[in-house]
Amino acid sequence: MLNPNEAKTVLETALLAAQEPLGLAELRRLFEEDIGADTLRRLLGELREAWQGRGVELVNLASGWRFQTRPEYQQYLERLSHDKPPRYSRAVMETLAIIAYRQPVTRGDIEDIRGVTVSTNVIKSLEARGWIDTVGHRDVPGRPALYATTKSFLDDLGLRSLQELPPLDQISSTLDLAPPTPSSEAPVAAAEAAAATEAPAAAAD
Amino acid sequence: MIGAAAANDAPLEPGARGPAPAPAAAAGDGRVATVRGEALLEMPPDLYIPPDALEVFLDTFEGPLDLLLYLIRKANIDILDIPMARLTEQYLEYVELMRRRNLELAAEYLLMAALLMEIKSRMLLPRPRAPAEEEQDPRAELVRRLMEYESMKLAAHKLDALPVLGRDFLSVEVWIEQAAVQRLPQVRAEDLIAAWQSLLMHARMTQHHKVTREELSVREFMSAILRRLHGGQFTNFTSLFEVGKGVAVVVVSFLALLELVRESLIEVTQSEPYAPIYVKLAHAESE
Repeated sequence: MLNPNEAKTVLETALLAAQEPLGLAELRRLFEEDIGADTLRRLLGELREAWQGRGVELVNLASGWRFQTRPEYQQYLERLSHDKPPRYSRAVMETLAIIAYRQPVTRGDIEDIRGVTVSTNVIKSLEARGWIDTVGHRDVPGRPALYATTKSFLDDLGLRSLQELPPLDQISSTLDLAPPTPSSEAPVAAAEAAAATEAPAAAAD
Repeated sequence: MIGAAAANDAPLEPGARGPAPAPAAAAGDGRVATVRGEALLEMPPDLYIPPDALEVFLDTFEGPLDLLLYLIRKANIDILDIPMARLTEQYLEYVELMRRRNLELAAEYLLMAALLMEIKSRMLLPRPRAPAEEEQDPRAELVRRLMEYESMKLAAHKLDALPVLGRDFLSVEVWIEQAAVQRLPQVRAEDLIAAWQSLLMHARMTQHHKVTREELSVREFMSAILRRLHGGQFTNFTSLFEVGKGVAVVVVSFLALLELVRESLIEVTQSEPYAPIYVKLAHAESE
């Protein structure tokens, strides 16, 4: 029977050598004796603790556990490579957001929300990245494909499940339905902080 | 959410506007907007954007909803009480500019223009009194779409702000040999011996008795083997030996093969014990 420290070293070695996140089932196969899932989770938790304060962290993702570099060190790593990876366009990000938050959706659904045609390239680039795939077809004429996000979308964004997506914003005016109150005396700082969404400061002037 | 919005509009308005039999459009009584129940008599000065400054913005809009949201948020208009007349007018100015620049783009924008004008005109129509409570504000669907789009637009920003693999962090992977080198079956020495012996046996059975001396160069055979393997394909071990040419040739061929292995010019593989042995160039691309 391995002692916990040896077991942790085994886990650490396997996770460092792995090319993909490793799930609990895979990690259990490392050991001859049957390690309970709870014990395994505890060991992984301790291992994660042990890596605190390093440039690399152990994270728990949708498809398992993975060692990854901490984002705050990316600026240094970037100096080693010539070009920065490009950011996605607004069209791509908005399409991704709609698929992530409203899945499964058809292209038509996305177009309804965005109010513009969704170009095939946008869908293709998200598919090529492995972030979305077709999970079925809606039973309407044309049988349009239903898109959903994939596990690797969650993995790549460091999430365990869709529940961990950033919560949707309450759109400002929906909160303003209460009868008018002296809230229009909002201090300048507050008005600035919410410049994009707050109406009262300008209206009261 | 929308239902509440439409219903809440009603109690707010009579107080400010009185029991007008036909509630006019927002601009009808001199007001341009109602912000939280307060009448707004003038458009906020920053609502108007000079048309020449517009060109710069045109490309930044992701569509008519985006443009409308911009106009609404820029003017601090309450999204639940949009002054349709002003908004429509301003929107049309933008669309006219876009139409001159980019006809293709304008199609979606024109559709929205038609919708805005339809809503505007519906708001000018007198509303029947009795079912007023249930009747939806003509703007409700537009407001629902605007809010849904804004919500997704903000969500897109948040998603974009999340650290992403490959952009903001990298996965860690220590270098291990198996990852870099293609894993090939191991060949044991005994397998080579066995293969060699079977070749010798074969050679012995078909040997010819020649008396001429041959100058056999291992190097030459090495080149010959390399040439045979040119192209990088797997070649059967036994096919490299011309058994008919006598033991000496087979021996030299075998020596050449061993030498090539020693110099890491070729790879010898076997998928399992007693399976055929295959030979291939170690670095196919160098040929």
